[in-house]
Amino acid sequence: MLTGSTLLMAQTSEEGVAAPVDKSAVWVGAGYYVLLFLLLCVAIGIIGKILKVYDLTQQIQGKKELNWNNLMAIICLVFLAFGLYGAYWEFTVQGSMTLPEAASAHGVKIDEMFTVTTVLTMIVFFITQILLFTFLFRYKHSSKRKAYYLPHNNTIEKVWTIAPAIVLTILVVFGFFTWQEIMNTTEVKGDLNIEVTGHQFAWELRYPGKDQKLGAIDYRMVSGTNKLGIDFKDKNSFDDLQADTLVLPVNRVIRLNVRAQDVIHSCYMPHFRVQINAVPGLPTFFKFTPTITTADMRNRLDDPNFEYLLYCNKICGGIHYNMKKIVRVVSESEYQDWIAKQKPYLTDALKKQMNIAVTDQQKSMPQTRLALNN
Amino acid sequence: MSTLAVHDHGVVHHEEGHGHHKETFISKYIFSMDHKMIAKQFLITGITMAVIAMTLSILFRIQLAYPDKAFPLLEVLLGRFAPGGRLDPNFYLSLVTIHGTIMVFFVLTAGLSGTFSNLLIPLQVGARDMASPFMNMLSYWFFFLACVIMLSSFFVQKGPASGGWTVYPPLSALPKAMPGSEEGMTLWLISMICFVASSLMGGINYVSTVLNMRTKGMDLWKMPLTIWAFFLTAVLGVLSFPVLVAGVVLLIFDRSMGTSFYLSDIVLNGKVMPFEGGSPILFEHLFWFLGHPEVYIVIMPAMGISSEIMSVNSRKPIFGYHAMVYSLIGITVLSFIVWGHHMFVTGMNPFLGGVFMITTLIIAVPSAVKTFNWLATLWRGNIRFKPAMLFAIGMVSFFISGGLTGIFLGNAALDINLHDTYFVVAHFHLVMGSAAIFGMLAGVYHWFPKMFGRLMDEKLGYLHFWLTFAGAYLVFFPMHFMGLDGVPRRYYAFTEFESMKRWLSVNVFITWAAIMSALAQVAFLYNFIHSIFWGKKTTQNPWEANTLEWTAPVEHIHGNWPGEIPTVYRWPYDYSKPGQEEDFIPQTVPYSATMSSNVPSDFEDNPIGLEEHTKWASAQTSNEEVK
Repeated sequence: MLTGSTLLMAQTSEEGVAAPVDKSAVWVGAGYYVLLFLLLCVAIGIIGKILKVYDLTQQIQGKKELNWNNLMAIICLVFLAFGLYGAYWEFTVQGSMTLPEAASAHGVKIDEMFTVTTVLTMIVFFITQILLFTFLFRYKHSSKRKAYYLPHNNTIEKVWTIAPAIVLTILVVFGFFTWQEIMNTTEVKGDLNIEVTGHQFAWELRYPGKDQKLGAIDYRMVSGTNKLGIDFKDKNSFDDLQADTLVLPVNRVIRLNVRAQDVIHSCYMPHFRVQINAVPGLPTFFKFTPTITTADMRNRLDDPNFEYLLYCNKICGGIHYNMKKIVRVVSESEYQDWIAKQKPYLTDALKKQMNIAVTDQQKSMPQTRLALNN
Repeated sequence: MSTLAVHDHGVVHHEEGHGHHKETFISKYIFSMDHKMIAKQFLITGITMAVIAMTLSILFRIQLAYPDKAFPLLEVLLGRFAPGGRLDPNFYLSLVTIHGTIMVFFVLTAGLSGTFSNLLIPLQVGARDMASPFMNMLSYWFFFLACVIMLSSFFVQKGPASGGWTVYPPLSALPKAMPGSEEGMTLWLISMICFVASSLMGGINYVSTVLNMRTKGMDLWKMPLTIWAFFLTAVLGVLSFPVLVAGVVLLIFDRSMGTSFYLSDIVLNGKVMPFEGGSPILFEHLFWFLGHPEVYIVIMPAMGISSEIMSVNSRKPIFGYHAMVYSLIGITVLSFIVWGHHMFVTGMNPFLGGVFMITTLIIAVPSAVKTFNWLATLWRGNIRFKPAMLFAIGMVSFFISGGLTGIFLGNAALDINLHDTYFVVAHFHLVMGSAAIFGMLAGVYHWFPKMFGRLMDEKLGYLHFWLTFAGAYLVFFPMHFMGLDGVPRRYYAFTEFESMKRWLSVNVFITWAAIMSALAQVAFLYNFIHSIFWGKKTTQNPWEANTLEWTAPVEHIHGNWPGEIPTVYRWPYDYSKPGQEEDFIPQTVPYSATMSSNVPSDFEDNPIGLEEHTKWASAQTSNEEVK
């Protein structure tokens, strides 16, 4: 009681001081929480003392003291019950907040594998946790019995070495083949090559023109007008198109060529189960086939504002948290309409610059030839 | 001098050494070469760093829960790092980076291994001190220096390192890439080099002490699992930490001397940089070659400590001692060939990814064996719920929960979508964060009497355990689901994404659970500090344990045992052996003193003893017949 009243006084006096000075107003809110916490500590202290007094009176009266060991065993069981219910709640409530079905061909395989792994691991999870906490309750200390002296049992040890080994082998084999299939590196004609370049803090897109080929890139050529550093000596680059939205035709193999200009970024498109790092100096790619159009997905999710997204998933600087591109999956005909409207990278300004550059080069050409001949 | 006496097993010489020896305050408490004092130094520094790193985590948790709210107090406390009472995005990344660095290296490597290897290796193998007490002292002071340098980075103009605890270049290599990559990053790298020097000196000491300085009778198969764990941890550290230094030195070259080990084809802020021919992937390889063994450096001591504590408090031998040792060895070996599973989506050759996936999932087998053996140890035990025991159990529970999600992440195909999301955050915070810190806390509660000669308060320990245990699950369990929704880690705010806004309420919940768990640590800190000075005095063997450290007197003396070092006759897990009155038989009790409880398997490597035993047993049976 005494401590309680002094604390209360301390509280009022602090407020009295805080009121006139404006700057210390920021401390009042925090001070309030600190006082609350101190009160809680005092309460815990008091409860501790009460328990001690109770124990002592029990002792004096010759009765049994509070058996903390049994109490802990009971709490273990209570924790198990709450824990199981909590896990169930999480799985049903938050489990339904996770990503919708995979919108790509390989994503379906990944999801299948995810389901198999989840089922297997959750069986182990529930069995082991239940065993752990029920053992704690069941075998709590008793002075009447002795523990069972069991240093080892080779048979059972072999069983529980081999059983997980078999389960893991199955997962490894499936995982390995799925992985190899997804990471298929062969280039097939007809794949739609699209380039995504990450820099602090945005993504740039490049679509091939009619030739279906992306022109070469040389980072040394990056300038105000040529932000990607496209090497316009390469004829393939002349018709390369720029775009603001990553529009993908449905059911076509997309080869996403990923680059970074400054630091490592990661091109992450969770709805398609696609992720590959964008590494400066190391062009990477990811091949996938989108299977559900944006409009279709909006219907399925009953969310008219749904958008597929591409965002950065590797720490890349202060604005890392806001580096997104909207991805839109459309039918082939919509795609053709859209691509026809996109502007080429080779802008008029660039052309002007290029002409100068080209003539410069022509001047220097004979010299190099001469050098080669020598 | 006493250091000479330390190596001497003779009684007479040792006591002579003590006669001349006069300890000053400095030689006893500061530049101490006594392993018990160094252990305390490591522990207290480790706890201090843990409190600091935990405070940092609360700061960024507040940002995640209330991204749109201003807290004027933050501006008062943090100044330019929180303009207008809201954390600066770059400073947010600094907080995340320094939280991770401190927790992984300074708390769970130095604070855990440093404390308990130093305390227990000499005491449990029966040595007077470490192989090289001077190097041991240097190890602590290098660690201390590393801590000071790391924390000093909060006081430089641009703030501390902020490229994540993995400091991948080019982000960390280009000072202009983000504010934290300027002086803060330099300090981070220097601090890390000091840290590695410290842990190498410690590790070499631990390995040589375990191999060379065991007492009479203490063969490798009679060592407690704690010693096995510390020994293998030290081996791992000695082999893998130098690789980090190599990576860090090359990074320093790239930063300050214009080399291009990790850099190539870079255009920063529209400016073409001259670097050519390097590869950021090289750094990732070098980093994770340490980085992955590192997580086992963190968890293995916790495993050893929990095994020992669970055996003592279940009053039952650890189940499958040999399997426990072999699984530790298996983990040690395998941990060197799994580092690539951190790099599945970095653009590394996909075939390599497949190989690393196979090795990674193999490592789950020894981990599963350990889990089952712990469960079997509890089965039909006689369990005493000391706070240490509860923390050891908590460690097992976290290890299961976090370990199982490792099977998802180790699978390259599943990792495509889970990489760098909150699923990863949940996974490693459970399996190596919470599990390791629980192992450490279990160790603190269990060996507190050995360190300070007093007991900690049990009731406060119970309060501490339940609040922290429940709190950690409440914090990390929901994060799995955020990860499954594709929410990335290291995001300053989720306000920019319509699809992530619905996780805001979960973030608020997690933050309050984190604050609750953080406040629960006050119960521990109060208990720890109060008990050092005013705790109940302990008896020599408060937990009725078998291991050697409990045969040493409560009063700390230089050289650990006043007389001869005790001889060891048996393994450390003879608890509740049938035929024996007490439920424990210390390692120092010879078989000749426990005739009634001996079994033939006790004499597997001792044919003479076995002959004696069979003789005695047949004599017993004939006696029975006579009766």
